[in-house]
Amino acid sequence: MSIWEYANPKKFMQTSTLALPWVSGLAVVLLVAGLVWGFFFTPEDYKQGSTVKIIYLHVPSAMMAVSAWFMMLVGSLIWLIRRHHVSALAAKAAAPVGLTFTVIGLVTGAIWGQPMWGTWWAWDPRLTSFLILGLFYLGYIALWSAVEDADTAADLTSVLCIVGSVFAFLSRYAVLFWNQGLHQGASLSVDSEQHVSDVYAFPLWICIAGFLVLFVTLVLLRTRTEIRSRRIMALMARERTGA
Amino acid sequence: MIALLQRDLRLAFRAGGGFGLGLAFFLMVAVLVPLGVGPEGALLARIAPGILWVGALLACLLSLDRMFALDFEDGALDLMAVSPLPLEGVVAMKALAHWLVTGLPLVLIAPVLGLLLSLAPGGYFWLLASLFLGTPALSLIGGFGAALTVGLKRGGLILSLIVLPMYVPSLIFGAEAVRRGAVGGDAVVPLLLLAAISLGSVAILPFAAAAALRANLK
Amino acid sequence: MLQVHDLAVSRGGLTVLEGLGFALRPSDLLVLRGPNGVGKTTVLRTLAGLQPALRGQILANPDQITYSGHADGIKATLTVGENLGFWAAVHGHSAIDPAISAMNLTALRARRAADLSAGQKRRLGLARLLVTGRKIWLMDEPTVSLDAASVALFGAMLRGHLAQGGAAIVATHIDLGLPEARMLDLTPFKAAATRQGAFDEAFA
Repeated sequence: MSIWEYANPKKFMQTSTLALPWVSGLAVVLLVAGLVWGFFFTPEDYKQGSTVKIIYLHVPSAMMAVSAWFMMLVGSLIWLIRRHHVSALAAKAAAPVGLTFTVIGLVTGAIWGQPMWGTWWAWDPRLTSFLILGLFYLGYIALWSAVEDADTAADLTSVLCIVGSVFAFLSRYAVLFWNQGLHQGASLSVDSEQHVSDVYAFPLWICIAGFLVLFVTLVLLRTRTEIRSRRIMALMARERTGA
Repeated sequence: MIALLQRDLRLAFRAGGGFGLGLAFFLMVAVLVPLGVGPEGALLARIAPGILWVGALLACLLSLDRMFALDFEDGALDLMAVSPLPLEGVVAMKALAHWLVTGLPLVLIAPVLGLLLSLAPGGYFWLLASLFLGTPALSLIGGFGAALTVGLKRGGLILSLIVLPMYVPSLIFGAEAVRRGAVGGDAVVPLLLLAAISLGSVAILPFAAAAALRANLK
Repeated sequence: MLQVHDLAVSRGGLTVLEGLGFALRPSDLLVLRGPNGVGKTTVLRTLAGLQPALRGQILANPDQITYSGHADGIKATLTVGENLGFWAAVHGHSAIDPAISAMNLTALRARRAADLSAGQKRRLGLARLLVTGRKIWLMDEPTVSLDAASVALFGAMLRGHLAQGGAAIVATHIDLGLPEARMLDLTPFKAAATRQGAFDEAFA
């Protein structure tokens, strides 16, 4: 029994049918717990007031925006090396989810930044990097939707994802070089002394876990949809050719 | 492979080959920007490095969709794939031809456009150097994008969506080098980073683009 | 020089032909027949290495194969001589005169390809096969837009190629006037519909 068995579409459908209720349930529980705790049972910041509580949406979505791209990179590599269809379709399924997290991260950042920095948008390196990440997502999604043949689309988008990752990474450092920025440092980190206090941190960890499980739920759902639509396409193609 | 380079250059310089279009576009940008932002020299001098680099970027983009599309449509790409030419070499030669026809003329005309935009005297050397070292990466990244989108009907639009985000690092380092050079700052670091991107692109992108072409020829 | 065992080919994600097998020896001419859409072009492109085979084996030296498709890769702004010269150089040769005279293009040598008729362009495309210097020619409908005289010219060129130990696979509907041609009808190899309910069918 190897892990690659789950790359078989049929096996994947069976397994995900069993897992989906549990995973989605866990996502709801974690999100409700984390957000309710964060929004209603944490003190207001002495400087930032209640605005600080947007951290519970902003930080997890920003983390997931980057993680989703990383997951797509892994999926693309698996497709190119081992040619497992589920892997390519999961990468395809993750892209719009990742783009949505990017947009949520940017919008909540703007809402948070407006009272703090006095402006909705600043060309701060982090904001700029996320904006550029959003552009990479757009190009990737556009390429998937433009190529007709499904396997060719998987090949092309996988190559794009790999090369794009290199350039997205370069852009991140180019942007840092370009402007040092006013964004605060990392909100959470294991080794740093300067991060948010524990009162805020515990619900934040729960929210991050919640967003992660939510991401898994959405990708599972969307991958199942992709597999089904591939199946429908194959049936329709057979109908057309009268075979 | 030299034969391919010769053929592509010949095609570019003959009627309808599109030589000079990018150059004319670059000129347009340099003329339109002062008309849009006003004639004040100090302001123009400040934004000149960015405008010149963005203009060069867009001028490069203009001719990218032709890089493989014409050979794809008339079957020449199929025949090259069957020939002894490695597709990686085809990509490299086509990117080189694109650079010679589009990138290099941009480098040569840029100082004249710098005059139009009141670029500070210290910036000219860095403008030439940064464009000379940076535009090869633009042609190669563009070649990669063109290889990805070669079979698509509305490839041009998606091509720019894919290519422009990848131009970001080159744009940042290129414009930064000129900006620093213009005010007498240290422009060597961004220039070296820019050259590093170009060298890395030469080393990696022909392989990625050839993989994309193979997928598209299937 | 070319052997095919149990070959299955696909187009647009659908298996079109399966169980195809044949061998090609020097001086062999194989003519692929079958109705439109049966997969002649797909077979030729698969043999040329332009697309992967779904199943089966192709035993041949890819450096001996050249392909001529529906489009000839002719550049309109180059002359006849320049077009041929390019393909000769790509294959490491420089002599294009035999090819030019074989397809009766001598008078047109300095003319731009844009000013050629469809049939003249086709002749230029076929002359390209000669300058590649390769032994196995894969040709897809080579006689499209050729008049009777040009078809005869093409037949003579093909015969000369076979006489020198070359081989060719031609997909065509018309009679080439070459009695040595072996016919291969692709209709019996048409892929049967996949078993009902085979879930992984979509993921060939």
